[in-house]
Amino acid sequence: MTGRRSERLTALALLGVVLFNYPVLSLFAVDGKVLGVPVLYAYFFTVWAGLIAAVARLNRAAARG
Amino acid sequence: MSAVLPAWTILLVSALYVGLLFAVAYTADKLGDRGLSLVNNPYVYTLSIAVYCTAWTFYGSVGLAAEHGLAFLTIYLGPTLMAIVWWVVLRKIVRISKLYRLTSIADFIAARYGKSMLLGGLAAFIALVGTTPYIALQLQAVSSSFDVLLHFPDMEAVQAGSAGLLDDKALYVAVLLALFTILFGTRHIDATERLEGMVVAVAFESVVKLIAFLAVGIFVTFVLFAGPVELFREAAATPAIQELGLLTGLPGGYQSWIAMLALSALAILFLPRQWQVSVVENVNEDHIRTASWLFPLYLLVINLFVLPVTLAGLLFFGDEIPGDDYVLALPLAVDQGLLGLLVYIGGFSAATGMVIVATIAVAIMVSNDIVTPALLRLRRFHARGRHDLSRLIVAIRRLVICVILALGYIYYLLIADTHALVSIGLISFAAVAQFAPAVLLGLFWKGASRRGALAGLVAGFLLWVYTLLLPSLAEAGLLGEQLLRDGPWGVEWLHPYALFGLEGMDPIAHAFFWTMLANLGLLLGVSLFDRQGDMERIQATLFVDVFLRSERDARFWEGTATVGDLQDLLGRFLGPERSAEVIREYGAHRGRPLDEAEQARPELVNHVERLLAGSIGSASARVMVSSIVKGEALSYEGVMEILDATSRAIEYSRQLEEKSRALESATEELRAANERLKELDQLKDEFVSMVSHELRTPLTSIRAFGEILLNNPEMDADQRREFLEVVVRESERLTRLINQVLDLSKIESGSAQWQLEDVDLSRLAREAAESTQQLFADRQTQLHIEVTSDDNAVKGDPDRLMQLIINLLSNASKFTEPGEGQVWLRLEPGRGDTLRLSVTDNGPGISEEDQRRIFDKFHQISQQQAGKPKGSGLGLAICRLIADAHWGTLWVESEPGAGASFVCELPCAGGEHSNVTGYVAFTEHGPTSPGEASA
Repeated sequence: MTGRRSERLTALALLGVVLFNYPVLSLFAVDGKVLGVPVLYAYFFTVWAGLIAAVARLNRAAARG
Repeated sequence: MSAVLPAWTILLVSALYVGLLFAVAYTADKLGDRGLSLVNNPYVYTLSIAVYCTAWTFYGSVGLAAEHGLAFLTIYLGPTLMAIVWWVVLRKIVRISKLYRLTSIADFIAARYGKSMLLGGLAAFIALVGTTPYIALQLQAVSSSFDVLLHFPDMEAVQAGSAGLLDDKALYVAVLLALFTILFGTRHIDATERLEGMVVAVAFESVVKLIAFLAVGIFVTFVLFAGPVELFREAAATPAIQELGLLTGLPGGYQSWIAMLALSALAILFLPRQWQVSVVENVNEDHIRTASWLFPLYLLVINLFVLPVTLAGLLFFGDEIPGDDYVLALPLAVDQGLLGLLVYIGGFSAATGMVIVATIAVAIMVSNDIVTPALLRLRRFHARGRHDLSRLIVAIRRLVICVILALGYIYYLLIADTHALVSIGLISFAAVAQFAPAVLLGLFWKGASRRGALAGLVAGFLLWVYTLLLPSLAEAGLLGEQLLRDGPWGVEWLHPYALFGLEGMDPIAHAFFWTMLANLGLLLGVSLFDRQGDMERIQATLFVDVFLRSERDARFWEGTATVGDLQDLLGRFLGPERSAEVIREYGAHRGRPLDEAEQARPELVNHVERLLAGSIGSASARVMVSSIVKGEALSYEGVMEILDATSRAIEYSRQLEEKSRALESATEELRAANERLKELDQLKDEFVSMVSHELRTPLTSIRAFGEILLNNPEMDADQRREFLEVVVRESERLTRLINQVLDLSKIESGSAQWQLEDVDLSRLAREAAESTQQLFADRQTQLHIEVTSDDNAVKGDPDRLMQLIINLLSNASKFTEPGEGQVWLRLEPGRGDTLRLSVTDNGPGISEEDQRRIFDKFHQISQQQAGKPKGSGLGLAICRLIADAHWGTLWVESEPGAGASFVCELPCAGGEHSNVTGYVAFTEHGPTSPGEASA
C-alpha cells in the first residue's frame, strides 16, 4: 500500500511543520523546567523523538503490507 | 601554561587518521571488486547521508547556540521534516536517476527540462559557486581547530594563526583531500558506477565524529558538571546567560527560524554532496525506508549535548573565546589533552568527509555539464573523430577536482576569520535552495517548462549573489564598505540586506524570501504561458509518471544508425573493450550477435544514449547520438503513442493473467464440486437400490399371502386369520419404513426447520420411557432410568430429541432376550460442558466390524442370532443426524456378548450455542457420517 504510506508520511511531515513553527513554539518558549530541563529544550527533543518513532513505525508497518 | 600537545603529535595523528581513511576506502573498493559490497545495506547508506554533519555541526552548532540559543536546531529539524517524506520525494528522484543514468543534480535538471545543455551548465555553475564557500568553511575549521589545539589557552596565538603559506595546515589538508578524491572518486568514467570506497570511508567518518562529539558532550555534562540538571541550574543562575535568553525563547525571532528551517529542509536534498550519497550512491530504494528514520535519529543524538556544551562554555569562558571553539577548548581547559585530540579528530573527520563528497559531486557536474559540452562543440572533438575520449574525460574530472579545492582554498584565504562558521554554511544552503523549485515542481508538475526553469534559476541565483555572496565579500573587506553601509552608489533601496526597502529581516531570511519569490514566481509564471517543445513534453511526462509507465521500451529515435557507428561512438567515451562488450551483451540479450553494418534497432540507440549519459551527461549524450543518427527524433505524440501502447500491452497482459488465474481457481472449484456431486449421486443410487430392496421384501410377502388367500377360498378360518395378520404386520412394517425414509430425506435435504428452545432432557427421557413402556412390557424387558446430573437443560428441538431417545430405546428393546432383558437409560454430566445420555442393554453386543458401520443407512446386523432383520436399517442413521444437528456426538460402545451402549453427548444450554434462536437449518454432513444400525 505505497499510496497509503505516502499519504500518511506526508501528513506526518505537515504535523511536524506545525509543531516546529510559530505559534505552537511560542506556547513552549517560556521560563520553567520539566524534570530540571528547560521547557523548550525538552519540548524539542520529545517531539523530535516522537516524529522519528512514528516514521520508523510507518515505514516498518508498510514493509509487511 | 604551555600548550597541551606538541605540534608534531597533532600532525602525526592527523596523518595517521588520513592514512586510516585511505585504508578503509581501499579495502572497501577491493571487497567491492570481489563482489562483497559493503554499501549494500541501509546502515552504511544512512551513515553516508550523515555527511550532512560537517565541521559546521561539530564546532558551529555550539557557536550558533551561544548566540541564538536553540536556533541551531533548525539545521537538523528541517532535514528531519524532509526525511519524513523521503519515501515520497527521494524515492522518485532515485528511481528516475537510475532509470536514465543521471549522475548529478545538474544533469537531473537538464534532463527534466528537455535535456537542455544550458540549464545543466547553469545548475553546475550554481553548484560550484555555492559549494566553494562551504569547502572553504571546512578548511577554515580544520585550520583553526589545529591552532586551538596547539596554542590554547594562549588565545592571541590562536587568533594569529599560522604564518606563511607553507605553514598553513589548510593547504596540506586540501592537497591530501584532492589526492583522496582523485584516487577514490574517479575510478570509473561512468559516474553511475558506485564509488564504494568513498562511501564507506564517509560512513566511517560519520561514526568517528559521532563518537567524538558524544565523548566531549558526556565529559562536559557529567564530569565537569554534575549532570544536565545541575548544568541548567547553574546556567539559569548566571545573569549573563539569562540575558541571552537562550533557554526560554528563540532570540533570532520566528522569521529567521522559519527561513532556516525551510533552507535546511531543502539543503538535505539539494546540497550536491547529499544528492551524491542519497541519490547517486543509493543501491536499493528500500534503504530509504530505514534512512528516513535512522538519519533523523543520528541528528538527534549528535545534537543532544550541543546546548549543555554551549552553557558549559559560556560558564567557563564567557566572551573570551569564540563560541565555535568551545567544543575543543573545554577539554583543553582542564588539561584533558587526549580528549582534546579526539575532538580534533572528530572535527577533522566531519570536515574531510564533507570536502571529499562535495568535491567529487561538483566535479562530476562541472565535467559532465560544463566542460564536456564545451569540448564537444569544438570541431576536432566532434562525433566522428577517432580519439578515445574516455581518458581525457577522467583527466578532466581530476583536474576539476584540483580546481575546486583550489577555489575553496582561495576563498578560505580571502575571508578567513571574518565569518562565524554558521553564516558561511547558510550562504551555501541558500544557493542550493535555488534548485528546489525546478526539481520539486518538475517532479510533480508536467507543465514546468524549460524557459520557466531557466528564468527562475537565473533570477534566484543573481539575487543570491546580490543579497548574500557580495555582502559576505564586502564584509571580508574585498568590496567597498559603502555597499553595506548605504547600498550601492548610495542608493538606499538597493541595499543588499534590505532590498526594495524590506527591512527588519536578518540577511538569511531576507535573501531566502527574495530569491524564492523570484525563482518560484518566474518558474510558475513563465511555465504557465509557455509552449513546451516535443523533447520537453516527453521528458516531463517520463519524469512525472515514472511510477506509472514502463520505460524500458521507450524509444525516441525514428532515424537509423548502424551498429558499427554506435559502437564507435560508445568506444570513444567508454573505451573500445567496454563498448564491444556492451554491443555483445545486447546481441546476446536479443538472441543473436549483431553485425557491424546492420541497422541498429531504436532500443539499441536508446540504450547507447543512456550509457553515454552516465559518462558525459544526458544533454551531451543526446547531442552525440543525434550526430550519428540519420533522421529525426520522434515527436512527442510518437513517443507517447509507443509508451501508451507499451503500457497498454502491459496492462492487458496483467489483466489477462489475473483472468486466467481466476479461471483456474474457478475450474478447480467446479472440479471439486463435481467430485462431490458424483459421490452424492452414487450414494443416492445405493440408497435408492437399498430402499427398493427393503420395500420389496414386505411387498413380496404381502403379495404372496394375498395370492394364497385369493387362490384358496376354502382355507380354514384360523389359517386365514394367521395369514391376514402377516399381511397387516408386513404392511405396518412397510409404512414404518416409508415414514423413516421420508424423515431421513427431510432431515438430510436441510429443509427440516426445527424449533430450538431450552429443553429439559430428563423430562424428555422420562416421556420417551413412558411411550415405549408397552414395547418393553411386550418383550418382558426391564427398563431402568438413572439421572445423576442436576442441570439437564439443552438447546434443541424437543420432538427430534424425543425421536432420538425413542429410537435408541426401541432399538435396545429389540436386541434383548425376552424375559431376561435389562435396559438402562442414563443421564449424567459428560465431557466438558455437555450432557451425556446413554442407552445400555445386556443383549448379544455388536461386533467390531458392525460397530464401524452401524450408523450407515440400511446396515442390518446379520448374525445368525439376530436372525431376521428387525428394523428398517434407518433408525440409527436418523439418530446420528439428529445428534449432529444439535452439535452433539453419537457413538456406540460394545463388547460382543456383553451388551451394547449407545452414547450421545449434547452441549448444555448456555454454552457456545446458547445464542442460537429460532430454527436451524440442518447442516450438511460428510457423505459417510449418517448411518444406522437396524439391529
